[in-house]
Amino acid sequence: MTDIAETRTTPLAAGRAADRIRKRYAAERRFRLYGLVAVCVSIAFLALMLLSIVSKGYTAFQQTMVYVDVHLDESVIDPKGSRNADDLARANYGALIRKTVAGLFPEVSGRRDKRKVRKLLSPGATYDVRAMVMDDPSLIGKRISLWVPASDDFDQLLKGNIRRDVPESDRRVSDKELAWIDSLMEKGLVEKQFNTRFFTAGASQEPELAGILGAAVGSFLTLLVTFLVSFPLGIMTATYLEEFAPKNRWTDLIEVNINNLAAVPSIVFGLLGLAVFLNFFGLPRSAPLVGGLVLALMTLPTIIITSRAALKAVPPSIREAAFGMGASRLQVVVHHVVPLAMPGILTGSIIGMAQALGETAPLLMIGMVAFVADIPTGFFDPATALPVQVYLWADSAERAFVERTSAAIMVLLAFLFIMNLFAVYLRKRFERRW
Amino acid sequence: MAAVEQTIVETQPAPVPKITARSVDMYYGEKQALFDVDLDVAERHVTALIGPSGCGKSTFLRCINRMNDVIDGARVEGTIMLDGENIYDKALDVVQLRARVGMVFQKPNPFPKSIYDNIAYGPRIHGLTDTKDELDHIVATSLEKAGLWNEVRDRLQEPGTGLSGGQQQRLCIARAIAVSPEVILMDEPCSALDPIATAKIEELIDELKENYTIVIVTHSMQQAARVSQFTAFFHLGKLVEYGATENIFTNPTDERTQGYITGRFG
Ligand SMILES: Nc1ncnc2c1ncn2[C@@H]1O[C@H](COP(=O)(O)OP(=O)(O)O)[C@@H](O)[C@H]1O
Ligand SMILES: [Mg+2]
Repeated sequence: MTDIAETRTTPLAAGRAADRIRKRYAAERRFRLYGLVAVCVSIAFLALMLLSIVSKGYTAFQQTMVYVDVHLDESVIDPKGSRNADDLARANYGALIRKTVAGLFPEVSGRRDKRKVRKLLSPGATYDVRAMVMDDPSLIGKRISLWVPASDDFDQLLKGNIRRDVPESDRRVSDKELAWIDSLMEKGLVEKQFNTRFFTAGASQEPELAGILGAAVGSFLTLLVTFLVSFPLGIMTATYLEEFAPKNRWTDLIEVNINNLAAVPSIVFGLLGLAVFLNFFGLPRSAPLVGGLVLALMTLPTIIITSRAALKAVPPSIREAAFGMGASRLQVVVHHVVPLAMPGILTGSIIGMAQALGETAPLLMIGMVAFVADIPTGFFDPATALPVQVYLWADSAERAFVERTSAAIMVLLAFLFIMNLFAVYLRKRFERRW
Repeated sequence: MAAVEQTIVETQPAPVPKITARSVDMYYGEKQALFDVDLDVAERHVTALIGPSGCGKSTFLRCINRMNDVIDGARVEGTIMLDGENIYDKALDVVQLRARVGMVFQKPNPFPKSIYDNIAYGPRIHGLTDTKDELDHIVATSLEKAGLWNEVRDRLQEPGTGLSGGQQQRLCIARAIAVSPEVILMDEPCSALDPIATAKIEELIDELKENYTIVIVTHSMQQAARVSQFTAFFHLGKLVEYGATENIFTNPTDERTQGYITGRFG
């Protein structure tokens, strides 16, 4: 009492008190500044990363196309006139494209130059013509015009990734090829169009034909398996450990081990999957089923730990209320505790799934790194996954795969973003006050 | 022999005992929280448990509906009889017991569900009704008995957590009543409420004692004096004194009781 009275009265003490208050405010301001700086730095890094990915990758969403006339010569495609699908599929469409190119560049002579000028078009041109004929055999004998993809070097030149001003010896496109390209452009036969093929095709050796769909479907199938295995198993384990299991040395041991599992490097799970699912159970290599099981093992600890935290956070008063009404332990858990913990459980699970979506190492171990051109249609088909595709493309020599790598990363990030958005939505949806 | 008889006489002021506790010892693991408690609770009366914080009032209350079963390492010795039946008997089903002995907690704890579902929960899990009409009837009468019907009749589907504190506590009382218990245990039901809400609950308790046996833990001696007919004073896990409320407050025999009532400790 007397102390307070003194600080109020003596001018010296009053000065010191004012000093202290000033210092306190200054400390608070400083702390907030530090926080703000920290936030800004992280945002800057994030922005830098996104900027570099987008600036490198956005060009992949466009593809240089060349407008060509093709005469669908019946004597080449179907000399017997049978219109048999097998014959149509096997026909020599390359010869048609050769003729088209020869028509565009009548002045080019010599085997080597003719080959080179043909190479300005992607092999995809042949595939596209075949697909059109297969689709509509009545076109045979007619003359059609269509946009076909240009070769990757042609494409990269137009996008400025191959520069014209370097000496010819250092350039992937020779002066002769430059002249041909310029003549095509002068005729208005070249255009950059939206790259639909990137979203509808599987992997390919030719960058201009390579797409992300195969990897995306592979990722989707893999994650579906992961979710179906790890979500129910994770919730059951968490609920049992948190609500039913006695607290003793054994459950402590289990808890410690689950925490340890969460910290195990993911490649170890890949080795485990290789040993157990492939070698012991004899499941097929490169299959989404195996990938999903391996990722489920990896995700399980995350789901268990976050679910337990969510269950722990349910206020004890709700449990008491339910027990007090004569609910059995199972009823308390099923009617009250789990529904209230659901937002947390879902958030944790989706974070776990997002981790699984970005995981590469364990998939490499079980062969999901193979070159798979076909889009997988089931859980046993060979497949890759998005991050593995990024890894494969990043490893490729062609200049055109650089932009595709960044584009694939963008697709992967978009998936992650959607999943996180979904987590936020679910949390809002299930959230209840108590 | 004589000593035993004497304690029984002393602790039996009630007309008809509904609950009979005999030499109850209660342990939380190693720690003993109740020491040899003998207490009879009179049927259709209000019995108040008072005493300083941590003296074991809540612990004793929770022994009566075996809520302590849920706590790891909690253990009860002695007997507690409900209508002459030992509630700690192995053969007795704790779910049935809690349907007969309802409980209201210190902090209002409605389920985060609608008002209707809060009340209907007990009847549903105990299978008390067959039709929706019967359930509707139980919900309405329970809310009526808890004096809440007029306030919530138009918003039964709104969340119970949206009510005011006092209304929430009456909702919890209605929820307890819905399974037609014989005994209602209340652990400081008004300590989180304002004086007006408290007055309403006290009024309600007074009405409820016509039909239910009520045991209430309270921190407020005025409240004990207002609502209860019998009062038990606990101190350090022991039942120090038990008798008609007016005797305890006007003429306590034990000096610890005297000290607590006159505010010298607690
Ligand atoms: N769950 C528990 N575990 C261990 N000790 C407990 C537990 N609950 C209460 N206790 C102890 O038992 C004693 C009595 O507590 P309680 O019955 O809650 O007192 P009050 O009379 O204030 O309601 C206190 O010493 C308290 O610390
Ligand atoms: Mg208490």
